[in-house]
Amino acid sequence: MNAIFFIARREFAAFFATPIAYVFIAIFLILSGIFTFFVGDFYERSQADLTPFFNYHPWLYLFLVPAIAMRSWAEERRSGTIELLMTLPVTSVQVTLGKFFAAWLVLLLALLLTFPIWWTVNYLGEPDNGIILAAYTGSWLMAGAFLAISMCMSALTKNQVIAFVLAILVCFLFVVSGSGIVLDAFEKWAAPGVLDTIASFSFLNHFDTMAKGVLALNDILFFMVVIGIWLYAGLLIIEQKKAV
Amino acid sequence: MISVKNLCKSFGNFVAVNDLSFDVNPGDIVGFLGPNGAGKSTTMKMLTGFLTPTSGHVRIDGRRVSKNTTQLQKLIGYLPEGAPAYDEMTVYQFLHFIADVRGMTKKEKMAGLSQVIDQIELHDVLDQPIETLSKGFKRRVGLAQAIIHNPQILILDEPTDGLDPNQKQHVRNLITSLSKDKIVVISTHILEEVSAVCNRVMIIAAGSKRFDGTPLELQQQSRYYQSVTIKFSYAADITGLLEIDGVDDMKVNKHTGEVTLFPAKGQFILGPVTEYIHHYKLPVDRLHVDQGRLDDVFMQITS
Repeated sequence: MNAIFFIARREFAAFFATPIAYVFIAIFLILSGIFTFFVGDFYERSQADLTPFFNYHPWLYLFLVPAIAMRSWAEERRSGTIELLMTLPVTSVQVTLGKFFAAWLVLLLALLLTFPIWWTVNYLGEPDNGIILAAYTGSWLMAGAFLAISMCMSALTKNQVIAFVLAILVCFLFVVSGSGIVLDAFEKWAAPGVLDTIASFSFLNHFDTMAKGVLALNDILFFMVVIGIWLYAGLLIIEQKKAV
Repeated sequence: MISVKNLCKSFGNFVAVNDLSFDVNPGDIVGFLGPNGAGKSTTMKMLTGFLTPTSGHVRIDGRRVSKNTTQLQKLIGYLPEGAPAYDEMTVYQFLHFIADVRGMTKKEKMAGLSQVIDQIELHDVLDQPIETLSKGFKRRVGLAQAIIHNPQILILDEPTDGLDPNQKQHVRNLITSLSKDKIVVISTHILEEVSAVCNRVMIIAAGSKRFDGTPLELQQQSRYYQSVTIKFSYAADITGLLEIDGVDDMKVNKHTGEVTLFPAKGQFILGPVTEYIHHYKLPVDRLHVDQGRLDDVFMQITS
């Protein structure tokens, strides 16, 4: 337990020792501002809610989370510190969790720093802050799912760029799996049950209800399970090919 | 005690370590020698539990490393090849992190840190990020991280690689002073290092063990062990030298004019040779006894 904390603390500090965390947070704040006010027509809608803000989160995460996760294992591989880390008396589970929590905390920090938007909507009208809180929670959970996928991709290679591109690809599939892009390809020949299953993997569908303020147990569980499965996959990859 | 039995490791079709067996006891300072790609690092990675053997096993104190990895790793201090470290951390932060992850209490940590910083003389660079350090200091930081918890087993992969002669000497002294009642395994391809530091030599090539013995035994394998080389002031009749009791062979270096006498196995010929020289009043400038040429032995054993 302690080991997870120490590893997470080191990883978290590393994000801020290099400019990665600052760049990530700055870009996240700028882009979410642009999407909310210019693309999402925050003012024109004249509604006291943050739907235009949260609606673009999956697309922001799609590029930004792989960027923050790409170095997690790839960099350890490239610099050889993986050998140092894995010969310390800690298990790979502890290392994986430590890395995950550190990056997830950076994502939380970025989300919390969007508070001016929340403050704006409260200044302009009287939104339901419960809904907003639920949406924030959902967004953070979804970010965790993106993160677990991206870390797994980072475990595959020692090249950060490859890790980044692979992560975007897989994340993209999960984002759009409920939309026409993917479903059309299966519609002609697959059974409806298969279609529904594919659609149910969609981050968009699960996040949509959360963004509207409904924290349904099945959506929460969905993201938790996705996080668990992808972390476990990353763990298996690391165990299998530590040396390469 | 480390006990290695029939250890094999292959990567795809490539066999890195092939049926290696040996025991290492407390007090042993083992020098692991071999050409590049011989399987030294791979073996060390299996000793430390980083890699899992393809077959065979490593036991430490009777327990298998692949089954009790985390517990046994507590006993080991390991310097991986190239002394990897987290570049963005300062030396102090890095050593702190290692001590924390190793589960040292605050008291142990402080004691360990101050001792290691003294021993390895890291005072001047404590607050520098590791990426700004010279190669020698990086290696020393790697060494510090390996010994911070005062481990019973010390495994060092090329600890003096990239150090200047003074630093090499320093690290060797350090290893000698640390090694009391401990198990130390160091890999190197510097032959002189083995006689300077180790009390046991193991040579592996192409993944298999080729030699296991003391540095002296290794030297004795050399044709030059206890050979006598003489430099004459001017040409003299040297045919009689071959007749001396115990002299097996003679070689004349045409460029330098030096004459080398090789002893028969197990014989010491310095006495008889000097006696002969005195008796015939041969004009000798210089004379020295060779301790054995390790390069030759190394080549002979590994090729």
